[in-house]
Amino acid sequence: MMLEPAEWAALVLSLKVSFVAMLVSLPLAIAIAWLLARREFWGKTLLSTLVHLPLVLPPVVTGYLLLLTFGRTGAVGGFLESTFGIVLAFRWTGAALAAAIMGFPLTVRAIRLSIEAVDPRLEAAAATLGAGRLGIFARVTLPLIAPGVLAGAVLGFAKAMGEFGATITFVANIPGQTQTLPSAIYAFLQVPGGEAGAIRLVLLSLVVAVGAVLISEGLARRVARGIGQR
Amino acid sequence: MSLRVKIHHKFSGFTLDAAFETGPGVTAIFGASGAGKTSIANAVAGLFAPARGMVELEGRCLYDAAARVNVPPHKRRIGTVFQDGRLFPHLSVAGNLDFGTRYVPRGRTGPDRDQVIALMDIGGLLQRRPLHLSGGEKQRVALARALLMAPELLIMDEPLAALDGPRKDEILPYLERLAGGANVPILYVSHSVGEIARLADQIVVLRAGRVARSGTVGDVLSDPELVPMMGVREAGSVLHAQVLGHDADGLSRLAVSGGALLIPGVQAEPGKHIRLRVLAQDVLLSLDMPKGLSSRNILPVVVEMLHRGDGPGMAVSLRLGEDRLLARITARAAEEMGLRPGLACHAILKATAVPRGDIGGGRNAG
Repeated sequence: MMLEPAEWAALVLSLKVSFVAMLVSLPLAIAIAWLLARREFWGKTLLSTLVHLPLVLPPVVTGYLLLLTFGRTGAVGGFLESTFGIVLAFRWTGAALAAAIMGFPLTVRAIRLSIEAVDPRLEAAAATLGAGRLGIFARVTLPLIAPGVLAGAVLGFAKAMGEFGATITFVANIPGQTQTLPSAIYAFLQVPGGEAGAIRLVLLSLVVAVGAVLISEGLARRVARGIGQR
Repeated sequence: MSLRVKIHHKFSGFTLDAAFETGPGVTAIFGASGAGKTSIANAVAGLFAPARGMVELEGRCLYDAAARVNVPPHKRRIGTVFQDGRLFPHLSVAGNLDFGTRYVPRGRTGPDRDQVIALMDIGGLLQRRPLHLSGGEKQRVALARALLMAPELLIMDEPLAALDGPRKDEILPYLERLAGGANVPILYVSHSVGEIARLADQIVVLRAGRVARSGTVGDVLSDPELVPMMGVREAGSVLHAQVLGHDADGLSRLAVSGGALLIPGVQAEPGKHIRLRVLAQDVLLSLDMPKGLSSRNILPVVVEMLHRGDGPGMAVSLRLGEDRLLARITARAAEEMGLRPGLACHAILKATAVPRGDIGGGRNAG
C-alpha cells in the first residue's frame, strides 16, 4: 500500500501529537489522581468535575473553549504569545493540547482507580519503617500502580489518536501542520473521489490501533511480573 | 528504657481511656478483640492520633494532643510487625529487608544484617517474592525487616493471629529468641494468654477500652479475679524454673521457687532458666500431704486469695516461694476444705500440666 506524502505526514503528526499529549499530561494526571484518591480538601468535587468535563462536553464545545482561551486573542493564549512567544492555535502544539485535554479524564480515572486499589496499610507500614511521604510514593505507591499508569497512558494515547472534534475546532485541518489521521480521513470524504484515500487511512488507523494494543498488553504483562502479581 | 502512654479517644460505640507505663523487656497488651489494643499500638506507632493524650518514649515526646505535638510515624523510629505482615509485594525478600535499613539515620548502627537473617532463618528466601512465601515465612521476614531499622521500640500487633496452630508453633521460638536476646523494648499486642505467658515480662490488661490491670506477668496471670477474662481453660500461672538435670526415663528435674518438679520433654540444658506455664485447671489442692498418689509434683503452698466465678468454679491464688500458682477448683470443694487466705496446703500439679509446646526456653528468670 503506497501512501501519498500528505498521508505520511498525517500519520507522523498523529503519532507525534498523541505521544507528546500523553507524556506531558501523565505527571499531572498522576498528581491529580493521587489527590482525588488519597486526600480530602475543599473543592475536591469541583476539581473532579473539571477533570471530567471534556468527557461529557461535545468535543466541538471543548475545542471552541480552547480557541477562546488559548487563541492568540484569548486570555491565556495572548499571555503565552507575548511572554514566551508560544502560539498554540492552528499549530501542532495546539493539537497536542486538545488531545491531552480530551484524554485527561480517561487517564486520571484509570490511575485513580489503581491508587484506590493500593492497600493504604502498606503505605502505613512504609511510614513506620522510616519513609516520608515522597519516599512512600516513589518506593511503594508508584511501583504498585504501574499497571494503572500504563493503562491510563494507553487510554490517553488512544483517545489522542482518535480525537477529531476539539482538534479541528481549535487548530483546523491544515495538511502538514495540524492535519491528523482523523482530520485527513474527514478531508478525503469531503472531496469527490476521495474514498480510496480514506480507505487507505482507515486501514492505517487499524494497523496503528492493533499495534498499540499489542504493545501495551506486552508491557502490562512485564509490569505485572515486575511487581510480583504474577 | 520506658514508654509512657495516655490515651483518651471516643470511637462510635466505645471509649478508649487507657494509661500505662512500661519498662524494658516485653510488655504485653492483652484484651479481647475490640478492647482497643490495636488502637493503642497505632497511637504509639503514630498511625492514629487520639483526641486527647500523650505518648513518650525514653523521655522523648512523640505525641501530645494538648501541646499539638505529633511526630510523624517515619520519624518515630518504632518498628512495627503487623498481623498481616504487610510485606511489599513488588519487592523481593531482600528488597523488603533493604527497605528496613534504608532509612536508618546516619550515626545509628542497626543490628548486623547477616545476624538478623540467621536469627530469623530466612537466608534461603532472600530472592523470593512475598507472594510465594508461607504465612510463617512472611512473619519472619516482617520481623527481620522491623529489626533491621534499628528501632527504639518494637511493636508486634497480633503477629501470630493470622497463622494456624502449627505455624504459630513455628514462629514462637523465633519470638522467644527475640524477646530474650534483643535490647529493644517490645510492645506485644495479643489476645492469647498462651503467647503472653511464654513471651512477656509485663502485661497490661485491657477491658472495653480501659486498663483493668497491669503488672508483671507472674502477678497478673495468677490473679484469680482475672480468670473470667483469660478464659477458664486458658487461665494459668507462670513459674520460673531452673533445669537441674535430665533423667534416663525422660523426666527432667526442675527447681522452682519453694520446691522441685519432675516434668517430661524439657529441652533446655541443665543450669538454664526456663518458664513453666501451669494451667489453673491442672492444679489440685490437698490439706494434708497426700500419700500414695501417682503424681510426683507436690508443692507446699499458702492460700492467698479466693475468687468465686459465675458458675460452680472458684479460682484460688497460691503463694509458692517467690512465685504464685493459680488453681481452679469447685466452690463446693473450697467450702468443705475450709480454704481461706493464709491457710497452708499442698498443690498437686499433673505432670501434663506443662505441655511440651508450652515450655519456653531462653529468658533469664533473674
